[in-house]
Amino acid sequence: MTVLAIVLGLLAVWLVFTFNKLVGLKNQVLNAFRQIDVQLKRRHDLIPNLVNSVKGEMKFEKETLENVIQARAAAVNAGQGGNMNEVLAKEGMLTQALGKLFALTENYPNLKSIEVVRTLMEELRTTENQIGFSRQFYNDIVTRFNIQQQVFPTNMFAAMLGFQPATLWELPADSVERNVPKVDLTV
Amino acid sequence: MNIYEQQTSNKRTTMALLGAFFLLFLALGAGFDYFYLSFDPVGAQPTYVMNAQGYYEAANTSPQLVPYGTIAALLFGAIMVLNSVFNGAGMVLRSTMARRAVSADPAEQQFLNVVREMSLAAGLPAPAAYVVPDPDVNAFATGFSPENSVIAVTEGLLRTLDREELQAVVAHEMSHIRNYDMRVMTVAAALMGAIALVSDFAGRSMRYGGRGGGRSSGGGRGKGGGPLVLLLFAVWILLVIFAPLFSRMLAMAISRQREFLADASAAELTRNPMGLVSALEKIRAAVNPTRAINNGVAHMCITDPRGSLIEEKSGFAADLLATHPPMEKRILALKMMAYQKAPAGA
Repeated sequence: MTVLAIVLGLLAVWLVFTFNKLVGLKNQVLNAFRQIDVQLKRRHDLIPNLVNSVKGEMKFEKETLENVIQARAAAVNAGQGGNMNEVLAKEGMLTQALGKLFALTENYPNLKSIEVVRTLMEELRTTENQIGFSRQFYNDIVTRFNIQQQVFPTNMFAAMLGFQPATLWELPADSVERNVPKVDLTV
Repeated sequence: MNIYEQQTSNKRTTMALLGAFFLLFLALGAGFDYFYLSFDPVGAQPTYVMNAQGYYEAANTSPQLVPYGTIAALLFGAIMVLNSVFNGAGMVLRSTMARRAVSADPAEQQFLNVVREMSLAAGLPAPAAYVVPDPDVNAFATGFSPENSVIAVTEGLLRTLDREELQAVVAHEMSHIRNYDMRVMTVAAALMGAIALVSDFAGRSMRYGGRGGGRSSGGGRGKGGGPLVLLLFAVWILLVIFAPLFSRMLAMAISRQREFLADASAAELTRNPMGLVSALEKIRAAVNPTRAINNGVAHMCITDPRGSLIEEKSGFAADLLATHPPMEKRILALKMMAYQKAPAGA
C-alpha cells in the first residue's frame, strides 16, 4: 500500500514539473511570435524616415553642385563674350558658389552621397536580418516546444494537461515571396 | 554530423570529462584524508589497551568520519569560484583595456548591429559590446549569466573580417555565453586549484611527517590488509605526483570540447557554417599573437592569443595542452555541418 502511495506521489511530482516546463515553453513561443511583430513595426517606422533623410542630404548636395556647375558655365560664356565687367561678375558668382561648396565640405567632411547611402544600406540590411532571425528563433522555440510535448512519457499527458503543438512560421506554397527577386541595375 | 548531433556529442563528452576530473579530485582528497588525517569511514578494528582498572578496553573506537582535507580543498575551490563570479568580467576588461563600441564609427555600428542580431537569434538579452585596441584579429566573451555578459573584439578583427564572417565570430562568442561556458571553465579551474592544493599538502606531509600518525591504528586491522594498503598508498603517491599534469590535461580537454561546441552552436545560430570557416581561415592567416589579452582569458577567445603556432603543430603535447582545438579540425567539423565533407565512416 505504501509503495503504491509513493509511486503515485512521484508521478504527481513529475506531472507538476512537466506541466511547469510546458507552460514555460508555451509562453516563450507566444513571446517569440510577438517579437516578430516588434521587428516588423520597427522596419515600418524607421525605413521611410531614413530614406527621406538620405534623399534630403543628397538633394542638398545636388543643389549645391548644380549651382557650381551653372555658375561655371555662365563664367565660361562670359569669358567667351569678352565683356570684362560681365566676366568679373560671373567669376565672382562662381567664386561664391565654390565658397559655399568648400564650406559644405569643411563642415561635413564625410558628406559624400556614397557614405550616406552606405549607412542606409547597413540599416536596411540589419533590419531585414533582425526580422529573419526573429522568425528563425520563433521556429526554433516552437520545435523545442513540440519535441517536449511528443517525447515518450510526456506525450501521454500533454493533451490532458491542455497543450497543443504549435505551428511553425512558414510561407504559403504559392506565395510571391518564394520567387527569386529580379535584380535590374539599368538606370 | 550536423549541427544538432555535434552539440549533443560535445555536451556528453564535457560531462564525462568533468566526471573524470571530479573523480580524480576525490581520489586525491580521500587518499590524503585516509593516509594522513585518519579518515576511515569503514572503521578500523578497535585496539584493546589495558586501562588503569586492569582490564582491556577498546580504544580508538570512534572512526574519523569527516574528511577534513577534502572539505578544506573544496572550500578553497569554492572561494576561487566566487571570486571569479564577482570580479571576473571586470578584471578581464580592465586588463585588456577594452572600451565600449560607439555608434559614431560605421564599423563599430555594424558590430553593434551584428551583436543585436545574434542575441535575437539566440533569444537572449544583448551582451555589452567592447572593442580591444589591438591590431591583431581576436575576440572573446565573458560573463556568468546572459544578463551580464560581455563580447569583445579587437580592432584588427573589425578591419579584417566582412559582415558575414563578423556575424559568425559574434555567433561563436554568443554561443559561449549561451552554453554557460564560463561556469564550466570556472568549475574546471577551481577543481585544478583544489587538486593543486591537496597535491601540495600531500607533498609537504610526506616530507615532514613520514606516513603520518593516522596510520598507526591500522595495525589492528586484518593481516591481509597490509600489502593492499601499501599498494593503494603507492598508487596514491603516483597520483599525487602526476595530479597537476593530469588536471591540466583534463581542463584543457574540457576547454577544447567547449570550443567545438561553440562552433556548432554558432552554426546553428547563423545557419551558415561556411561563414565561420572563412573567418577562421582569415584568423589563421594572421599569425601574430594578441598582446592585449593575457592567459587568464585565453580559453575564452576564438583563437589562442599566445600565437597560433601551437595550433599548427599536431604532436602529442600540443594535442593535450592546447586550449583550442587545431584549426584544421575545427574547419573540418564545420564543413561536415555544411555537408561539404562526408563524416568518417559514412
